[in-house]
Amino acid sequence: MSVHVMTAKEVARKVIQKESFFILDVRNEDAFQDWKVEGDNIQHLNVPYFDLLDGVEEILPQLPQDKEIVVVCAKEGSSIMVADMLSEAGLTVSYLQGGMKAWSEYLEPVKAGDLKDGGELYQFVRIGKGCLSYMVVSNGEAAIIDATRMTDVYLDFAREKGLKITHVFDTHLHADHISGGRAIAETTGAVYWLPPKDAEEVTFSYEPLEEGKGVTIGRTTLAIQPLYSPGHTVGSTSFIVDDAYLLSGDILFIDSIGRPDLAGLAQDWIGDLRETLYKRFKELSNDLIVLPAHFMIIEELNEDGSVSEKLGTLFEKNHGLNIEDEVEFRELVTGNLPPQPNAYQEIRQTNMGKIAPDEEQQREMEIGPNRCAVR
Amino acid sequence: MKANKVLDAKGLACPMPIVKTKKAMNELESGQVLEIHATDKGAKADLAAWTKSGGHELLDQAEEGNVLKFWIKKG
Repeated sequence: MSVHVMTAKEVARKVIQKESFFILDVRNEDAFQDWKVEGDNIQHLNVPYFDLLDGVEEILPQLPQDKEIVVVCAKEGSSIMVADMLSEAGLTVSYLQGGMKAWSEYLEPVKAGDLKDGGELYQFVRIGKGCLSYMVVSNGEAAIIDATRMTDVYLDFAREKGLKITHVFDTHLHADHISGGRAIAETTGAVYWLPPKDAEEVTFSYEPLEEGKGVTIGRTTLAIQPLYSPGHTVGSTSFIVDDAYLLSGDILFIDSIGRPDLAGLAQDWIGDLRETLYKRFKELSNDLIVLPAHFMIIEELNEDGSVSEKLGTLFEKNHGLNIEDEVEFRELVTGNLPPQPNAYQEIRQTNMGKIAPDEEQQREMEIGPNRCAVR
Repeated sequence: MKANKVLDAKGLACPMPIVKTKKAMNELESGQVLEIHATDKGAKADLAAWTKSGGHELLDQAEEGNVLKFWIKKG
């Protein structure tokens, strides 16, 4: 019948609205097992495109009559080929424009909250990879936290809203994705802040992010208070924004907690991780809205696509915050770690400025899920 | 390694390296070896998986600069 193009944005809307649809993923089995488009009401079928070169007849009985079918592959080439074949067989199907590459790079901006001075807090949901970044907006100025390498998204967003980006932060040296923080700071003239303990080997200059140093965004006093919270990395720093939001970086997530091994020192940092989660965060107000730098499973998304929860609720429901026994805690965060993110060492080197891969290489390095958490 | 045929799939994007490999394989006899040159990084995992599912044997692979080379024996 016919072939339609579906953008990553359209797929993201479907996932957020929990729409029911069918994905025919034509990547090889390993790639599919490792990472795929996930959603509450998505049905998947994985048949590699190279098994369909002689025709799609064999899989026709496995395709639904009453559901939208989206063909997905790594970059889009193979999905177009398969979609064309299905169309010739009489079906109406779509393919994901740009494939999993585009899915990995798509950011959905969601308003996460209002600030007391009339400002706003936006969350950029990288739905395909589970990364969350933030823009704090007040009186014509903006701060960006944990930016991805898709810097145009933030720059365009700020331009549309007439905002001047004045500060850029990374809560820690990321191991799962390439930071866009330095590039944004260079483009806009903003100050780039990094926790000094994570930045000992970086090749560029930065402003050391330390507890007690408040930053003001806009003309009114919007304090971004750094809170030293080691454990995922030795420098990991959280922010309390407007006394209402806790940007918890990769230390505390909605349904999981940070893993301590990606910078190589799991054993040393377990104690730090526990101290941060069980003492430092415990002393904070239960009413703070936790805004993490990742989500791990699609169930962590709220109705509007945002990812947030009250700190008090997390202390009740997040398993990782409720392990009284230290030995058991140690076992959770070291004994059962998921595989490390793809190319995480190279990603760290890139974020330190030690290597400068081109865009295509950066893309390849970031393939797959983020895997920064343990449950 | 000695190949009976060399396929140049450099500069081609997925799915073409495998489409061409399959075609080239059809022209070979069982036991003969096809050497493939490709630049699409995805070809690495896909050719290995295709070789397996097609009952062929991936004898060897190499990376020379940005060119990926594969030697596949027809099953």
